[in-house]
Amino acid sequence: MEPALQIQNVSVRYGDFTALDHIELKLQHHTTLGLVGESGSGKSTLARVIAGLITPDEGQMLLGNQTLKKKRSREQYKNIQMIFQNPDASLNPKHSIRQILAEALLFHRIVDRSQVEKRSRELLARVQLESKALDKYPHEFSGGQRQRIAIARAISVEPSLLIADEPTSALDVSVQLSVLELFNSLKRELNLTLLFISHDLGVIHAISDTVAVMRQGQLVEVSPKEQFFTRPESSYSRKLLSAVPKMPKSISSGGLYEPTL
Amino acid sequence: MSTSPILEVEALSLSTKSNQKLVQDVHFSLGRGESLGLVGESGSGKSLTLRSILGLLPSGVEQTGGSIRSDVSSAMVFQDPRGALDPLCTVVKQLAEVVYYRQKLSRKASRVAALELLELLGLPDSLKREDRYPSQLSGGQCQRVVIALALACKPGILLCDEPTTALDVTVQQQIIETITRLQRELGFAMVFVTHNLAIAATLCSKLCVMKQGRIVEHGDSLAILQNPQNPYTQMLINSVLPLPELEGSE
Repeated sequence: MEPALQIQNVSVRYGDFTALDHIELKLQHHTTLGLVGESGSGKSTLARVIAGLITPDEGQMLLGNQTLKKKRSREQYKNIQMIFQNPDASLNPKHSIRQILAEALLFHRIVDRSQVEKRSRELLARVQLESKALDKYPHEFSGGQRQRIAIARAISVEPSLLIADEPTSALDVSVQLSVLELFNSLKRELNLTLLFISHDLGVIHAISDTVAVMRQGQLVEVSPKEQFFTRPESSYSRKLLSAVPKMPKSISSGGLYEPTL
Repeated sequence: MSTSPILEVEALSLSTKSNQKLVQDVHFSLGRGESLGLVGESGSGKSLTLRSILGLLPSGVEQTGGSIRSDVSSAMVFQDPRGALDPLCTVVKQLAEVVYYRQKLSRKASRVAALELLELLGLPDSLKREDRYPSQLSGGQCQRVVIALALACKPGILLCDEPTTALDVTVQQQIIETITRLQRELGFAMVFVTHNLAIAATLCSKLCVMKQGRIVEHGDSLAILQNPQNPYTQMLINSVLPLPELEGSE
């Protein structure tokens, strides 16, 4: 079976600056690829190229066996959904949650108008929100709840690929954990193919099957998760991993450092 | 080294004009050269507590009770380095100005002192020849300039409000190393606000865990991490995502 997404030789330039430099990447069905790198390394540009928000200067992309061209069909747009870092900016403040969810469902003709209400309730239940949230507006929710609504909207159209661009960076550590648990349970239930972007290696470890590292517009390494976190191939990955702040060493003897995931 | 504390916060309470309580009954003290970490989620009142030490409360928030006693001057390092610098003024000039007013040196001597400070913080030598604007420096370099600004006041206490949150992991590590080295060399005390328990535990010998405006647990960092008494502290510890050990790391 061909991979869910193939990126072949894709380059993006902004004037003289090369944001993506001949990227080659394959994403297998029903797996999660974690993309890490410093700010400015081109992670978000790659996500936007895949979502069709930026047209690459070179190269091509295949979704399943279809080529993604500059002009995409409605079906192709539907199949790739994206969740952004800041849920405040991605939800229309003047629309109620009912309108936000119904718009996507109706536009992509997922269900009939009569079924929209029922489906919206199911979606909210899926992201662990109460159905009375339908009549509220985005400002009435906390940051973590808003991110859940953004996730509900993204999965509502049954995409074949979900891109999450730093979905937990704007959240508190404890809320971050609950959103990650939500992603993990959705992955299992819906068999999602997920491209998860983060600069936080702890988050990447909690969610990914494969890890890709970017630096200055180039892919430095693509490795399975276990291998990446214990025996990274490139010296840059090693540098990234050793820069993560750790609990002081003397604690590991206290029996606290048992992995919980 | 048990001299009298240089900073004592007693029963501090802060509330808005409409009498909503933001910080209640906060106690802590800080000795010379000590470092204290304030951890908690957003909205737990960490930053407000820090700002009240400096007398820099946002408008609409008032101190309604308690006292803050401090023998020495303090200076603050903010979360967003670009926001803390004047974008229209080159960095050496900004720093020299602070040195001129706070250390009462001549204009010429304050420029020399400013350049010494920048060297201490590991900023490139090229700044000596060619001064640059904040927008021409990276985020990590800007944060170093902000720390230099704070140190130019020769503070007894350095107040840090999430100084590494806006930075990449590699840069964050450099900044933490710089702060640790400077504290050893200059011997200032420090109050460090962060939501990252790992950073707080690395930098600080004592921790205060805050929740909804109150301190729910305080004590030695190691004791708190190994044996948390409060369920909230336990929850914060659990939310630090574990990473496997890197093979061949020293």
